Amino acid sequence: MLTITDLTTSYGPVRALDSVDMTVEAGRITAVLGANGAGKTSLLRTVSGLVRPSSGTITLDGTDITGAPVESMVHRGMAHVPEGRGVIAELTVEENLRLGARGAAKRPSDAPAPVRTLDDAYQLFPVLGDRRSAQAHTLSGGERQMLVIARALLARPTLLLLDEPSLGLAPRIVAQIFDLIRTLVADSGLTVLLVEQNARSALSIAHTGVVLNLGKVVVTESAEVLRNDTALRHSYLGF
Amino acid sequence: MSTDTTAKRLLDLNLTRSLLISLGVLLVGVLLLESTDRYTNTQLSSLTYYAIAAIGLTALTGLNGQISLGHGALMAVGAYTTALLLDTESPLPFPVVALAAVVVTSVVGFVVGIGAARLHGPYLAGATLALAVALPSVALYFKGTFNGEVGLTVASPRPPEWFVSFIDAVSGEFATSSKYVAYLGLFCLVVALFFALNLRRSKVGRHWRAVRDQEVAAEIAGINLGRTRVQAFVISAAYAGLAGAVMAVVVRLAAPSAFTIVLSLSLLTAAVIGGLGSITGAFIGAAVLVFLPPWVTSLSTGSGLSDTQAAQMSPFIYGIVLVLVMLLAPGGVMGTLSTAWRRARLRRLHPATPTQKG
Amino acid sequence: MTDDIQKLVNVLLNGLTQGIVIAAFALALVLIFRSTRIINFAQGSQAMFTTYLALTLLNRDFPYWAAFAVALAAGFVIGAVLERVVIRPLEGGMELNIVIATLGLYVAIQALAAILFGSDYQSFPSPFGMTGFQVGDLNLALTPTSIFVLCTVGVVGVGLTLLFQKTQLGLTMRAAAFDGEVSRILGIKVSHLLTFGWALAGLVGSVAGILVATGTFIYPSYMETLIAFGFIAAVIGGLDSPVGAVVGGVLLGLVNSLVSGYVASGLVTLAAFALLIVVLLLKPGGLFSSTTARRV
Repeated sequence: MLTITDLTTSYGPVRALDSVDMTVEAGRITAVLGANGAGKTSLLRTVSGLVRPSSGTITLDGTDITGAPVESMVHRGMAHVPEGRGVIAELTVEENLRLGARGAAKRPSDAPAPVRTLDDAYQLFPVLGDRRSAQAHTLSGGERQMLVIARALLARPTLLLLDEPSLGLAPRIVAQIFDLIRTLVADSGLTVLLVEQNARSALSIAHTGVVLNLGKVVVTESAEVLRNDTALRHSYLGF
Repeated sequence: MSTDTTAKRLLDLNLTRSLLISLGVLLVGVLLLESTDRYTNTQLSSLTYYAIAAIGLTALTGLNGQISLGHGALMAVGAYTTALLLDTESPLPFPVVALAAVVVTSVVGFVVGIGAARLHGPYLAGATLALAVALPSVALYFKGTFNGEVGLTVASPRPPEWFVSFIDAVSGEFATSSKYVAYLGLFCLVVALFFALNLRRSKVGRHWRAVRDQEVAAEIAGINLGRTRVQAFVISAAYAGLAGAVMAVVVRLAAPSAFTIVLSLSLLTAAVIGGLGSITGAFIGAAVLVFLPPWVTSLSTGSGLSDTQAAQMSPFIYGIVLVLVMLLAPGGVMGTLSTAWRRARLRRLHPATPTQKG
Repeated sequence: MTDDIQKLVNVLLNGLTQGIVIAAFALALVLIFRSTRIINFAQGSQAMFTTYLALTLLNRDFPYWAAFAVALAAGFVIGAVLERVVIRPLEGGMELNIVIATLGLYVAIQALAAILFGSDYQSFPSPFGMTGFQVGDLNLALTPTSIFVLCTVGVVGVGLTLLFQKTQLGLTMRAAAFDGEVSRILGIKVSHLLTFGWALAGLVGSVAGILVATGTFIYPSYMETLIAFGFIAAVIGGLDSPVGAVVGGVLLGLVNSLVSGYVASGLVTLAAFALLIVVLLLKPGGLFSSTTARRV
């Protein structure tokens, strides 16, 4: 589904990504793991077009999307959930969701999607339904995470980019959200590229794990293998 | 101990340097004034007050990152103060009058500054714009003191004996009062320049730049942002006050119509053309303000525009130039020159590496 | 006694009419500020220029409404063009550079108008009467023209509210203003919306330019006072709140009218300036700032 070849992204003299090669297979969860500053967020930002790579290519379903503007990604079936829960705080829950649904307009109507209408979203996350006319800045951290995931799903993506969904959330909420991601992928064939510092939780739902260190891919393995490789876990993943 | 003496020596070096530059400007000024005709003398007198005001504005904008649309109005404060103080039987000597104008203008600047300069972004620009709109009404309202639309005529200071004999000794000519005024302008400019040169290199100047470039870091380093901004604005206002004092005696009139927003914007143009933050740039900009309009006006009347239309060509060009400089060369003349020079040097040092932007 | 009442009523009515025009202009400033954090100092000159266009058409016997519509359309187009040609290339650079560029436009457009249309005072007609209504013994300062002014600004206000609250376009504009990056991730073409925002502000500014001219005189710098007043009103309202701009405008109009009626008409601009300084000292975020979720 998504193929990344020799991708390098620099901020001035700093190389955030250094010749990264990886693939994300359709209908699966690929987890990108690594410490703070390993280049995980830069990877997502480059893939979604927020940052231009200095070299390398990104192809989505066989189409070269390297350097394509971020605004076009929604129509290509890619939804990016940014780090730090990118709700638009001044808008209401419903307005945030409407912005997501707006992205579905140019998607093929038969694209498989678990969340097609605002009502679907409220059904999936009843707490959002209760607070639909509340301003988003009044939501709790967990509610905000649900809101951005629901908003991303409303755009009917085939590829969901998730940046640190567990950041700053209570373990119970993290489990709930990861469970939801697993169910979504299993039921609807959604593809997920998940960036996480919380490797243990990520590997519990991922099919494949990619470990980044200082902008380079150091390991690409099935999640199963990573879960059981103690030496690797200790050296890169911290658990 | 040793660092202390190094610091002292550095300070002396800076002082000497500033003093030498200022004396150099004084010398060039005298030579220019004595080698040109009366019309050019008048133009050079105008140059002195534009340059003083532009130095003050460039210090504010270039060193502190703030912008003022009220420097024309602040010049009016200086000019009216001067006009009122000179309007007596036996007026005080001009330097005292000019000093008073500086003090009064600084006080006005302080009031505006504490309101707006502490704040970020567009507040100071907007507030000084409001000042520029509001101030003329003071002249109109207190008609008894400021004589309304007509304004105050300014009694020209009489050249003292020593000046007459000095000019006689230098060029063998009789010192007119307008020549004396040109020298007063030059004197004020040199004093203003000397202060500005020292300011740039002083702790105060460094604080200003720190606030401009690294607001957060400056605050952490213990610089009081609000006080620094107000300080920058007050000093800048003092320059405008001095410029207004000189303008009053050069033009011999202080009237509301002379201190419009267009004057403020012209001063801004001068600072921007020369290159914000550059004192040399302020001189270049002031020269443009003095020598461009007559040229543009004669060119326009020559190509069939009426006199009133031709008079508008200069502000039109100032506006276009402001936009174009921002689009094409935001560093102004001095900024562009120094970038070009640095690039050329880089190329000489590393002929193989292609020069890159930023 | 009736004289006193009549005076007070008329001072307030005048203040309301003046204030609503200030509010309209402040709205134009706020429209741009809240999406770009820039004060467009050229706004007044743009409005002045389009008002001259309208007057040119009126002098050639075009109907009032046609001239009005052309001015609004011109305001819209000029706003969009300036954003594309001048502002867009400067984005991402120093904020100061954009401010200086808008100041350059301010003076250039003003001088251009003087070159094209002359510097003299020219009278701008009103489509409605200029004599006040009479209620009982009271001669009101409320004229058909001032009712026209109030209604026009009302229409603009309602129109903008509907646009922002009820339409998809308005929702995306608000999203883009609050969080550009997240909006782009959601597929919103933020750069197009910025152009549209400048165009819309140009249109609203043109409305204010015509309304302040209606029934009086115009000259190239006639908008200068309104720029200052509009800025002050916008600051009172918190600079990024359209509702605040309207309330601030009306408030400033009333203060101006009270000063003019009971103190001295020559002190209006000075009083407005003093009000600005006081607001900046006491409530720099404006009287209606909602600092809840804003990061400045």
